[in-house]
Amino acid sequence: MSAPTVPSRPRVGLVALLLVAAILAVDALRSDPVDPFTVPAPAALGSGQAPGGAHCAGG
Amino acid sequence: MWSRRLAVIAGGVALVLASFAWAGPRAAFLVAIGLGFGLVLEGLRFGFAGPWRMIVTERDARGLVAQLLAIGATAALALPLLAAAPGELSGAHAPVGFGMILGAFVFGMAMQVVLGCGSGTLVNAGSGNMVGLVALIGFIAGSFAGTLHLDFWTGLGSLPVITLQGALGDTGGLALTLAALALVGYAAIRRAAPGKRLPPLRLWVAAGLIAALALLNLVVAGQPWGIVYGLGLWGAKVAQAGGADLAATAFWASAGNAERLSASILTDVTSLTNIGLIAGAFLAMRWRRAPDAPPAALTMPSWAAVLLAGLVLGYTARMAFGCNVGAFFSGISTGSLHGWVWFAAAFGGSMIGLNLRPVLLVARQPVPAGGVA
Repeated sequence: MSAPTVPSRPRVGLVALLLVAAILAVDALRSDPVDPFTVPAPAALGSGQAPGGAHCAGG
Repeated sequence: MWSRRLAVIAGGVALVLASFAWAGPRAAFLVAIGLGFGLVLEGLRFGFAGPWRMIVTERDARGLVAQLLAIGATAALALPLLAAAPGELSGAHAPVGFGMILGAFVFGMAMQVVLGCGSGTLVNAGSGNMVGLVALIGFIAGSFAGTLHLDFWTGLGSLPVITLQGALGDTGGLALTLAALALVGYAAIRRAAPGKRLPPLRLWVAAGLIAALALLNLVVAGQPWGIVYGLGLWGAKVAQAGGADLAATAFWASAGNAERLSASILTDVTSLTNIGLIAGAFLAMRWRRAPDAPPAALTMPSWAAVLLAGLVLGYTARMAFGCNVGAFFSGISTGSLHGWVWFAAAFGGSMIGLNLRPVLLVARQPVPAGGVA
């Protein structure tokens, strides 16, 4: 008798990373590229700018 | 083993450097913070769904108390920071409503089915748990689907956004937050069995690191740690690539969301920490001398149930204005009443979900050697 198994953890973890990479690739083909001259300051605190990101708590 | 560990370190550094090259310093910081979350959550076994199960079934309060410690430590600095820089930082504040409460309740049920909440699903997938990977696919689809119906759920009725600091002042809000956390912790410790009351050193360290990373997230991103928005955005990107016209939907037609949809994922703060979190969990798993054994294979109906539970997790997290991270952790630690209501509703749902898991998730039976699986 042998217990059925699923693929090993390293293999499944790699598939998860590939899933993220695939989504990034799809996005890269369709979205505006990031302009290196308009990226935000390294940190929001002290930047003098209102937070512009979106959050799950937002509608 | 050491060559593998060097590769793990190199992989983490390469990811941060690539983020810097493609999207600038803030993106690199946020990916690094996400990596930290993944390393701590997976490496130190800090979770949310598991401790909620343990306090009910094992009378083990250690994980839940560690969660409360992390939230309290975050609140102790986050609330003063929000008060000091209201123009640069914002909290995870959302209204309490019928749809929000229902969403949190069902989310609590589903998270016990897959044994993973918002962060837990990302960690499980990254650390090579097949259940987590299947649930993640459902989660992405579900959180996108939730955006399409959010106006219906909010239309069922909701209060205005209420924060404890708004009601009691900055000092009063922080004091009430810490007192309420202490009260819940006391109740959990009272319920716990001897020897299962206070966290071990590992969880104290993990709670401190999670709090530090959550504060860094707030300082760098300008908003608290979140999960669900990024996953919904990923689903929207895939749907758009498949030909969906999202400009006709209320959620994605709003100015901020439309901007996120047209911009690169690498400019979205929750996406960046999500990417780092999955990668961090993967690296923590690869760091170990030997990875944990994979979970048991499930029957096909059980895999379908996992996918469906992931879908429900994503959809209901959107209804509830966040998951265990965006609503429970970040909502409470930034003073939002909806974080406390989310906690109560999701904990109630979680107690029902505990009974669903053994019914829905059935392991495949061993087959005779040479037989057909």
